[in-house]
Amino acid sequence: MILGASTFVEGVDNAFMLILGISFFFLIGITLTIILFIYRYNEKRNPKATPVKDSVTLEVTWTVIPIILVLGMFYYGYVGWIPMKRPPSEGVMVTANARMWSFNFRYENGRVSDKLYVPKDTAVIVNLNALDVLHSFYIPAFRIKEDMVPGLANNRSWFEATKVGSYTIFCAEYCGLQHSYMLSEVVVMEQEDFWNWYNDPDAMVEEIPEDANLALLGRQLVQAKGCVACHSLDGSNLVGPSFAGRFGETITVITGGQEREIEYNEEYITRSIYEPDADISVGFRPGQMLSYEGEITEQEIELIVEFMKSLSEE
Amino acid sequence: MSESTTSSKHVSFLEYKGKYKGLLGWIFSTDHKRVGLLYLYTMLVFFSIAATLGLLMKLQMLAPGHTLMGPQTYNAMFTVHGIIMIFVIVVPGLPAVFGNFFLPLMIGAKDVAFPRLNLASWWIYVIGILVVLSSQFIGGWPDTGWTFYAPYSFQTPVNIVPALVGATIMGFSSILTGINFIVTIHRMRAPGMTWFKMPLFPWTLYATAWIQVLATPVIGITLLLTLMERLLGVGIFDPRLGGDPILYQHLFWIYSHPAVYIMILPGMGVISEIIPVFSRKSIYGYKAIVLSSLAIAFVGYFVWGHHMFTSGMSGRALYAFSFLTFLVAIPSAIKVFNWVSTMHKGSLLLQTPFYWAVSFIFVFMIGGLTGLVLGSLATNVHVHDTYFVVAHFHFIVFGGTGYSFMAAIHYWFPKMFGRMYDRSWANIGWVTFFAGFLSLYTPMFVLGLQGMPRRYYDYLPEFHAWHIFSTLGSILMIAGAAIVIINLVRSSRHGQKTSEKNPWGGKTLEWQADTPPTLENWEEVPTVTQKPYEYK
Repeated sequence: MILGASTFVEGVDNAFMLILGISFFFLIGITLTIILFIYRYNEKRNPKATPVKDSVTLEVTWTVIPIILVLGMFYYGYVGWIPMKRPPSEGVMVTANARMWSFNFRYENGRVSDKLYVPKDTAVIVNLNALDVLHSFYIPAFRIKEDMVPGLANNRSWFEATKVGSYTIFCAEYCGLQHSYMLSEVVVMEQEDFWNWYNDPDAMVEEIPEDANLALLGRQLVQAKGCVACHSLDGSNLVGPSFAGRFGETITVITGGQEREIEYNEEYITRSIYEPDADISVGFRPGQMLSYEGEITEQEIELIVEFMKSLSEE
Repeated sequence: MSESTTSSKHVSFLEYKGKYKGLLGWIFSTDHKRVGLLYLYTMLVFFSIAATLGLLMKLQMLAPGHTLMGPQTYNAMFTVHGIIMIFVIVVPGLPAVFGNFFLPLMIGAKDVAFPRLNLASWWIYVIGILVVLSSQFIGGWPDTGWTFYAPYSFQTPVNIVPALVGATIMGFSSILTGINFIVTIHRMRAPGMTWFKMPLFPWTLYATAWIQVLATPVIGITLLLTLMERLLGVGIFDPRLGGDPILYQHLFWIYSHPAVYIMILPGMGVISEIIPVFSRKSIYGYKAIVLSSLAIAFVGYFVWGHHMFTSGMSGRALYAFSFLTFLVAIPSAIKVFNWVSTMHKGSLLLQTPFYWAVSFIFVFMIGGLTGLVLGSLATNVHVHDTYFVVAHFHFIVFGGTGYSFMAAIHYWFPKMFGRMYDRSWANIGWVTFFAGFLSLYTPMFVLGLQGMPRRYYDYLPEFHAWHIFSTLGSILMIAGAAIVIINLVRSSRHGQKTSEKNPWGGKTLEWQADTPPTLENWEEVPTVTQKPYEYK
C-alpha cells in the first residue's frame, strides 16, 4: 500500500490486504481453471462432451463459502472504519472551510492558515464546512475522506497523525472548473514546534516589517487565498477577469443592471472582494464568487493592491 | 402487418416491402427485428462519438498540465461521455437491441406484445437524445458530471436543463420497453414453454424489465424536482434555498444503483446462452442462474447507499448498506461458478463469440471483486471518488455490458443479417481490444489506491507514469474496437451469404427460424417439449 501516517492506516490496510488477498486467490484460481478447461476440453482434444448432472451439494457449497468470506470482509471493513466515526472529545479543534476552489483552516485561537498545521500524536478534530457546493476533504496518507456539505452542521472528520511530514489534501468531490487545482497540504509537526507555531505572537499581530516587499507579500496572499484559481496573473480570463495590467485603467462594469465606467482602483478592489456581485466586469457572470468579508482583512487588501500595481508596471 | 407479405414464404425481414419504402420502411416499421436494428445503428453512432470523447480525455491525461484542452472542455467531455454512454448506450443496450430482436424468437412469439409501443419507445429514445444534444446550442455542454450532483448543478453557469429533460424522456423509453417485455414474456411464450423451460436470456430480460419499470420513475421524479428547483426556484436540494443536497444523492442512487443491474443482467443472460452452446453441454445449474438473476434484481434495490459512504449519512445506515452490498455479490459469484462448471467436460468450440464470453467472465470477475473493496467501509473511504472507482466501474459496466454485447453480436450476427463476418479479423479485433482494455483500466486501480481523485483535469507529477500506461492502452483499445466494428459493418453488407439456420448448433428456438427470419418469424409456431440447452 501507499505511504501511511495516521492511526487509521493499520485498520484500513488490514481490510485492504484481506479483501485483495481473497480476490486475487479467486481471480487467479478461476482464471487458471478456465485456461485448463480450454486446453483440456477444446473440440480437438475432446470431440465429445460428457453430460454432467447438476449437484445440489456443489451449488450449496459454492453459495455458503462465499457468504462466509464476504461476512469476514464486512467485519474487517467495519472494524477498520468505526474509529473514524468516533472522534475523541479532546484534541486540537480546527474548522476547515472549503470554497471553489481552495481550503482554509481556522483554529480555536483565531489563527487562520491555508495549510493545515497539526501536531504529531495528537487528536485533531476537523469541523467540515462548505461555503458553496459539495467538496470532499481527502488525505490519502491518513486514509480519511469526508464530504463537505453546504448547510450540514456538525459534520466532522478526525485523525491522529503518526509521522512528521507534509501530505497532500485533495478535494475529492467534483466542484467545477478548477476542481483539480483544489489542493492543500497537511503539515505534521513535532508537538513543541506546533505549539510554537500556534502561539506565535508575530503571526497574530501580522506586523509587516518596514523594508518588506509589499507586492511580493500580496502575490503570496492571492496564491494562498486561492484567488488565482479564477483570476489569472498572465492576462488570460478564466472564471473571473485577470489581475494583470488592469490597475489604474478605466473599466466597464454592470452595477444593478446598468453599465457604467469606473476606475480600477483600491476602492473598486475592496468592493469586489467584500461584495463581489456589486460591480460585475462586462463579459462575466454574477454569482460566481462569494464575499471574502472576515477572510481577507483590509490590511491584506492593501498588500493585494500593491501587488496589482506591480503587475501593471511590468 | 400488411397482408401481401405474410403470404409470400421466406422473404426475410430485411427485404420485405411494407407500406413504406427505403428508410421510411425502417423508421416506421413495427417489426421487432427492425426496431432492434434501429437501436443498434443509433447506438453505433453514439458509441463512436462517446468513445472518441473518451480517447480525447485520455490524450489530455497523457501529461500533466494544459496539453490538449482547457478544464472547461475536459469537464464537459467527461460529462457528455458519461451521459451518452450511460443513458444512450448501456441502459437501453442489450434489451433494446438483442432483447427486441431475439426475445420473440427465443420464446416462439411472432412479435412483442405491443409492436406499436415498441416502435414508439425508439422514437421517444431518439427525441430524448436530440434534446440532450440541443444543449450545445442553448447554453453549452453540461459540465456537472453525469450524476448532476446538487448544489453544483444549480450553480454552474452552463445550461443543464436540456440534458435533464433529455434523460427524463429517455427514461420513458426504458419504462415502455420494460412493460412490453414483461407482457410478452407472460403472455406469448410458445406452447409447452413453461417458465422453467424458458432460455436464460429471456429470464434476465424479465428481471431487467421489472427494474426498468419500478426504478426508472424515480430518476424521472428526481430530474423533474431538479428542474422545478432550477427553473422555479423551489428549494428541494439547494441549501441556499433550504434544500438538502444529500437527499438528491439518495434519490439519484435509488435509481442509478438498480440501473447498474439493468446494464449487467442481460449481459449475464447472453453469456448463459453462449457458454452451453460453445461447450456442447447443458448449462450447469439452470435454476440457480434463474434464481440468482431474480435475487440480484431484488437485493439490488437496497444497496444504493454504498455510493454515499463519505457523504455525511448516519453511521448506522452505512453499515446496513455495506452488509447488503456484500450479500448482492453472492448471486454473481454463483453465476461465475456455474459458467465455469458448464465448460467442464464439454467440447469447446473455440470461436469468436466464445472468446468474448470467456473474456467477459475474466473482466467481470475483476469488476466484481474490486466491488468488494468498495463495499467494505474502511477501504471505501480511501478509494471513494478516486480512479479506483473509475476503473471498477469501467470493468463492470463497460466490461460487463460491452463484452457481452460483442459476444452477442458475434453469436447472433449470421441469424440477424444472413451473412457471416470475417472470422480472423473478428479474432484479431478481439485480442487487440482485450489487451487495450486491460492496459487502459488496470493502471487506474493503482492510481486510485495511490489517492488520485477522479474528474481531475490535471494531476500531480507523482501520478504520471501510470497515466502514460493507461493512455497507451486506450489507443490500443480504440484500434481494437475499430477493427471489430469495421469488420461487422462491412460484413453486414458484403460478408459471405448464409441461409444456414443453425451455424453454432444452438438448442434454443431462434435457431429453428429462417436465416434471416421472416416478417412474423414462424410459419407455424414451434411447440416446446424439452428444457433449453438439452445436449445429449
